[in-house]
Amino acid sequence: MREVNVSEVTEAIKKLCMDANYYLPEDVYNALQEALKKEKSPVGRSVLEQIIRNADIAREERVAICQDCGLAVIFMEIGQDVKFVGGDLKEAIFEGVRQGYKEGYLRKSTCHPFTRANVGDNTPPVIHYDIVPGDKVRIVIAPKGGGSENMSRVMMLKPADGLEGVKDYVVQRCSESGGNPCPPVIVGVGVGGTFERSAFLAKKALLRPLGRPNPDLELAAAEQEMLERINKLGMGPMGWGGTVYALAVHFEMEPCHIASLPCAVNINCHAARHKEVTI
Amino acid sequence: MAEDYIKLTTPLTDEDVEKLKIGDRVLLNGVIYTGRDAAHKRMVEALDRGEDLPFDIKGAIIYFVGPAPAKPGWPIGSAGPTTSYRMDPYSPRLIALGLKGMIGKGGRSQEVIDACVKYKCVYFGAIGGAGALLAKSIKKSEVIAYEDLGPEAVRRLEVEDFPVIVVNDIYGNDLEKEGRKQYEVKD
Repeated sequence: MREVNVSEVTEAIKKLCMDANYYLPEDVYNALQEALKKEKSPVGRSVLEQIIRNADIAREERVAICQDCGLAVIFMEIGQDVKFVGGDLKEAIFEGVRQGYKEGYLRKSTCHPFTRANVGDNTPPVIHYDIVPGDKVRIVIAPKGGGSENMSRVMMLKPADGLEGVKDYVVQRCSESGGNPCPPVIVGVGVGGTFERSAFLAKKALLRPLGRPNPDLELAAAEQEMLERINKLGMGPMGWGGTVYALAVHFEMEPCHIASLPCAVNINCHAARHKEVTI
Repeated sequence: MAEDYIKLTTPLTDEDVEKLKIGDRVLLNGVIYTGRDAAHKRMVEALDRGEDLPFDIKGAIIYFVGPAPAKPGWPIGSAGPTTSYRMDPYSPRLIALGLKGMIGKGGRSQEVIDACVKYKCVYFGAIGGAGALLAKSIKKSEVIAYEDLGPEAVRRLEVEDFPVIVVNDIYGNDLEKEGRKQYEVKD
């Protein structure tokens, strides 16, 4: 067993929270540059130029790309040969989030669902644990904004709806979302498993680097078709009209129950933030 | 490309908003007030009790934003717009009292669009997710009400050439609808 002190986890998460909020991933930055070349609307091009300039300012001055620094969604891949020492792992993760959001001048966005009282330190994060072979700990942080999350849905389609039903649902969901989720967006589609598994797959799909289609050729073709259909709706950057509403559609699939066809659509804004580290 | 910006200074008058049409790019100067979900709820509750609003609503602009904390040396942290439809239940009441402008992102309800026509109020869009860039146009920020709401407190902002676009004008037009119609590709 390899021992990992939980204080290392706190430190790593603190840094990841800040870096993820300051530095737009390179693949997203490049995709925005490509979008600028493709966009036909003058207003849309101006929006894209300003989004790119915003990313430059955030990176150079180490300030949040977006004031919505998100709920901290954390993926923990823990090697089965790792033994955590020095304290409570979950508390160490929470502490990393607390320190990162406080010291990084990041907005605290968690609140009581009904009184709406702000928790004050952006806890609790959403943590997804996975146990994997090996003796490493991989931590991925994906701060997720409320605007795009609010436009996301899980739909329990009928098996008879099939792949065509999934595609129609995804396109319809984008059409109904308009400018709300801060387009150009990335659309994560999760099909399979149960109700909550499909949502998890859709979220995970958002972490896949842009420009890398699903290795399954049929799913890759579906991604491309959905992307084209969404962009043909004409909603464009910020929903003010144009040719680029979505940068990519990422489709993840797993087997599901014989009675079901769970389909989740998780939309991400253009500030598609994620950072990772391996301890 | 519409490089021509219209410069406006708050408080806005009927004449200011009458000349604005969807798609117009505007640079706002002067004082604007922040308010989002929780602040709107409290403002409308204050009105229900017959109390005053935390600022003079006549001619005012409300910016739907919950800024990030300011780094040392900055007047404010990242400060881009939040999604506006969540303020739809509250906006018509404020518009009827003389609110002249709102800044947010995304579409509005028919009730808000109708109120904008009836009372001459404009809904501006700012670029969502461009909070670091937009913060550069904010020169001063001061919490004036509901401090306990943290990022949702009402702030008085002094802005210089704050860039927005007209999304809903006083003539009932909607940039989201029109823009989409213009660029939709039908097979």
